[in-house]
Order: sequence, then C-alpha cells, then structure tokens
Amino acid sequence: MRADPWGLINRAHCYPRLVLAGFRRYSAYRAAMLAGLSTNVVFGLMRVGLLLAVIGERPRVAGYDAAAAVTYVWLGQGMIATVSMWSGFHVAERVRSGDIAIDLGRPWDFQLAELAGDLGRFGYHLVTRMVPPVAFGVLFFPFRWPQRLSTWGWFAVSLLLAVMVSFGIRYLLNLSAFWLVESRGLISIYGVASGLLAGLVIPLHFFPEGIRTILWWTPFPALMQDSLDVFVERGSPLPAVGHQLLWAVLLLLAGRLVQRSAERKLVVQGG
Amino acid sequence: MSLIEARDLRRTFTLRRKVGRFRRQRHEVVAVEDVSFAIEAGETVGYVGPNGAGKSTTIKMLTGILVPTGGFVRVCGLEPAARRRELAGRIGVVFGQRSQLWWDLPLLESFDLLRDIFRVPRAAHADRLDECVELLEMGPFLHTPVRQLSLGQRMRGEVTAALLHGPRLLVLDEPTIGLDLESKVRLRRFLARLNAERGTTLLLTTHDLDDIETLCRRLVVIDHGRVLADGPLAGLRAEVARERTLVVDLERPVPPLELPGARVAHVENDGSRQHLVFDRERLTAAALITAVAERAPVHDVSVLEPEIADVIRRLYELRESRALPVVDR
Repeated sequence: MRADPWGLINRAHCYPRLVLAGFRRYSAYRAAMLAGLSTNVVFGLMRVGLLLAVIGERPRVAGYDAAAAVTYVWLGQGMIATVSMWSGFHVAERVRSGDIAIDLGRPWDFQLAELAGDLGRFGYHLVTRMVPPVAFGVLFFPFRWPQRLSTWGWFAVSLLLAVMVSFGIRYLLNLSAFWLVESRGLISIYGVASGLLAGLVIPLHFFPEGIRTILWWTPFPALMQDSLDVFVERGSPLPAVGHQLLWAVLLLLAGRLVQRSAERKLVVQGG
Repeated sequence: MSLIEARDLRRTFTLRRKVGRFRRQRHEVVAVEDVSFAIEAGETVGYVGPNGAGKSTTIKMLTGILVPTGGFVRVCGLEPAARRRELAGRIGVVFGQRSQLWWDLPLLESFDLLRDIFRVPRAAHADRLDECVELLEMGPFLHTPVRQLSLGQRMRGEVTAALLHGPRLLVLDEPTIGLDLESKVRLRRFLARLNAERGTTLLLTTHDLDDIETLCRRLVVIDHGRVLADGPLAGLRAEVARERTLVVDLERPVPPLELPGARVAHVENDGSRQHLVFDRERLTAAALITAVAERAPVHDVSVLEPEIADVIRRLYELRESRALPVVDR
C-alpha cells in the first residue's frame, strides 16, 4: 500500500534540519564551551610535558618523534569533545524520565534523528573545541602537518567515522537504560575504559603487541587512535579507516536491533 | 466510523517481587480491567478518575505507546501500537508533565522542526501557526529558548506543537496541571474554540473539574480500571446527583426552616439567607419556594446545580453501595 515502507525517502528532509538544530542546541551554552575548552588546553599542556619527557633525547619512541608526539596530544585533546567521548547520554535520561515515549512516538527514524543531532553537535565542536587546541599546539610547539595532500581527505573521512563509532557506542549505552534501572554505572565504566583503550591517555602504540592485537578487535581504537594515525601518516590510511568503517556499520546496525527490542519492551511490558 | 473505539480493553503489568533471599515471585497488576467506549468526531470528552484508576494507561494504549493485554482498540481507524508512527500524524497529544519541545532552542525553532518531522506543507503550517500565535498570544516569546519560558507559556507552546500537523483528534493528559488560573482560562477558551470552529475532537484527562465544566460535554468516569459512568455531563448530573440546593434570601432573619422534603444545609446572616437541600425527584423547586413563602416573606431565590465534584463523589458512593445506575447516552 505504501510505496515507501521505511519512510526514508518521504521523510528524508527533516534530518538536515535536525543537524542544524544539533549545532544550535550546543551553541546555546557558550560558558560551558569555554570551560571545556580551557580544561582541554590545560590537560594538553600536562600531557605534552609528560610525553616529551618520555621521549627525552631519543629520536623516537614507538614511532613518535617530538613533533609527532605533540601533534598526537593536541589533536587528541581537540577530539575529546568533537568525538564526544564523555558526553551525549541524554537519551538514557529520557528513558529514565519516560520522555522517550514522545521521541519514539514521532513519525521519524529515531536513531537517524539522534545521529543527525549528533552530527550537528560535531560541527559545532569541530569549530569550537577542535580548532583552538590544535591552533595552540601549532603556535607553541613543533607540529607535524600531513606531508601528502590526500591525508586531509582521509582524515576528514576518518574523523567523521570516529564520530559515528562514538555515536554507535553511546546509542547502545543510552538504550541500556531500558533494561538497567541505573545505566550511569555502565556509562562511567565506559568513560574510564574508553580514555585508555581509545589511545587518549597514551598512544596505543606504546602498548605491547599482544594487547594491541586484542584492541584491534574492539571499536575503541576507532574512536581516536585510528584518526590520529591517519593524520600523522603512520602507514597507509586504509587499515585505520577500514577498521572505523567496519565498526561504524556494526554499531549502527546493533543500535537498530537493540532499539527494536527496546521499543517492544516499552510497548509490551510497559517500560 | 467512530474516531476512537475501545472494546473490553484490558492491560495488566507483570511485576517481580522479591520473596526470600533469591526467589522472585511474579505477580500481576491490573491497570485497566475492562474499558469500552466510543468517541465520535467533534465530541469533547473528559476522562476522569482518581490517581491509579487507569486513565494514563488507557491514554497510552490509545496513542500506541502500550499494547493492550486484551480487547480491541482503533483510533482514526488504525490499530495504535502496530501503526504508531502513522497514527502520530493523525492525532495530537499533549502531556501536561512532559515536553515535546526542544529545550535549548527558541520556541519557533521547535515549530519549524515539527513541520519537517510531520511533513506539513509550508502554507498549511504557516496558517496554523499564525492562528495559534494570535489566539494564544505567543508573539512576545516566540524567540525565547523553551527552557526560559514560564509553565503557562510553555503549555501554550506544547498545545501548538500538537496542532501544527492539523490532527482531527487532540488527546490531552492533564493539560492544566500546575497552571495559574489565568493560564487555565486562556487554554480552555482556546480548546473550546478549536472544537467549535475546526471540529477537532478533544479527549482529556484531568483532575481539575473546571476543565470538564467548561470544556467537556461528555464525561467518562473510570475507577479501578473499569468504566463507572459514561454520558453527557448534564445527564450524569440529573441521574446521579438528584439533590439541588435552593438558596433563599428572606426579608428578615428567621430560625432554620423546617419543611417536608428539604433540609437546611447552611444558614447565613442570622437566618435571612438559608440553603435548602432537596431531592428534585420528590419535590420541585417551585413547590419548595411556595412552602418557604408561606413561612416568611421571600426576597430572592436561586437554585444551585451540584458541583461536578459532587457528581463524581456521588458516583463513587453509589459504587460502594452497588446501586450504580446504568447511564446511557
């Protein structure tokens, strides 16, 4: 009866506006942005100091020379908010309050709507939380720019995929609120684990070979290390971007499946 | 075809209770036992009952947020839970305690987003929005972020948000909760006009009986998951609460009047104003006035209709005594 059973073609045009709305929502809180930005810069200074001390007089450690290490730190500091490592759990809050019933009752694809909002947020954070720390690093430290022009393109794709992976993980954590009375515990564990396993605290290349292999089978490096490797041109960009693409697709699909059963639980069991 | 049709609607919840240290026992809670009613296009229906009576559960089943455990339900010809998204385009829902607006954005941007989400043609959207902005006087705060609006302003925004896609049915779950008197009056006036001019069907749950008094021509009373009474407000009054109060102002104070078929409920001004309660089935107001006039010179009289609260209270009393009349429409 309906030519468009998924409602994707007909309803496609609410998503661009949702991207814009995501951007505007975050730009409403300028003080929070400045506070987060200054924290990123202060911690960046500490991390740079620490990492340069580790490298010391040696030409390179685990493939990092001083310039690559500086780039790794400042780009990483810029990615914390941009990729949204530790925030973006409002859906769990809406599940707890019951407001989720309104979200799921709308004639839209909720996952796509949330992703659109998150891409808008990404756009805002790209300008306000990514550029300034990187500019700070460029001004005051030896910075390693990409040597090949194509790297910029790969990095753009890689960064977008990092956001998708981050969104995919956060979406699943958010939906866990349907089953767990308190999903905040799980979210805290993720916060601690992701910083270490994504390569934010120290480069994953500092880890022993065995651990790195295991991590490759998880989505964590796709949040950060993959993109950082692409930018400093650590080998071919293909394995890193492929790894991210694989996880982005898997996580987004898992999100759809889990959402379906969450909806069923809400509608059948009454939340 | 009825806009809403519910037959033998039932909803139970399974709870798990801890028994001893590890064992858990399942037990069933019945939220809606057996609810049947039909609502036609253009009606204004108040759905009332005490907390826990099953009002919200019924509303959730009607809007597709909950699947009924048993029974039959159709809204706008659709099975709500199975076709929730499609139904969302045909009905408007306002939850007094939840928001469908974007908290951080100016009110107007929420309306623009809803236009795209519901795929409303621009011209139709603009017309409806202009009308709501004018009638609900939202002009001064259209560009204010929702989080900075007062509750009264936000509720006007919520109702507008529910109407922008032009639904034939508006379901309101406690729309006036927490509002001040002026905001309530404004909202009621708007809803009454919506029903009168556009023929939008209204179904509302409320604890505020003034909402019902001013808006609803029909009342469905629910208790313990069952329909206790269903009928026109005027008819319910007549059937259930047969007692009327005659207020007489006398030329001079007299002791409380003793008249057959009436009792004095209240005396004011030392006895120059008396409230006489009588059963209108047994005694007419005219006969009572004549009887009063024989005792003392009458200056003025008025007959008070029972308050809606009294009607409902009386319904519950009748249920307790199992003497509930069957109220037909």
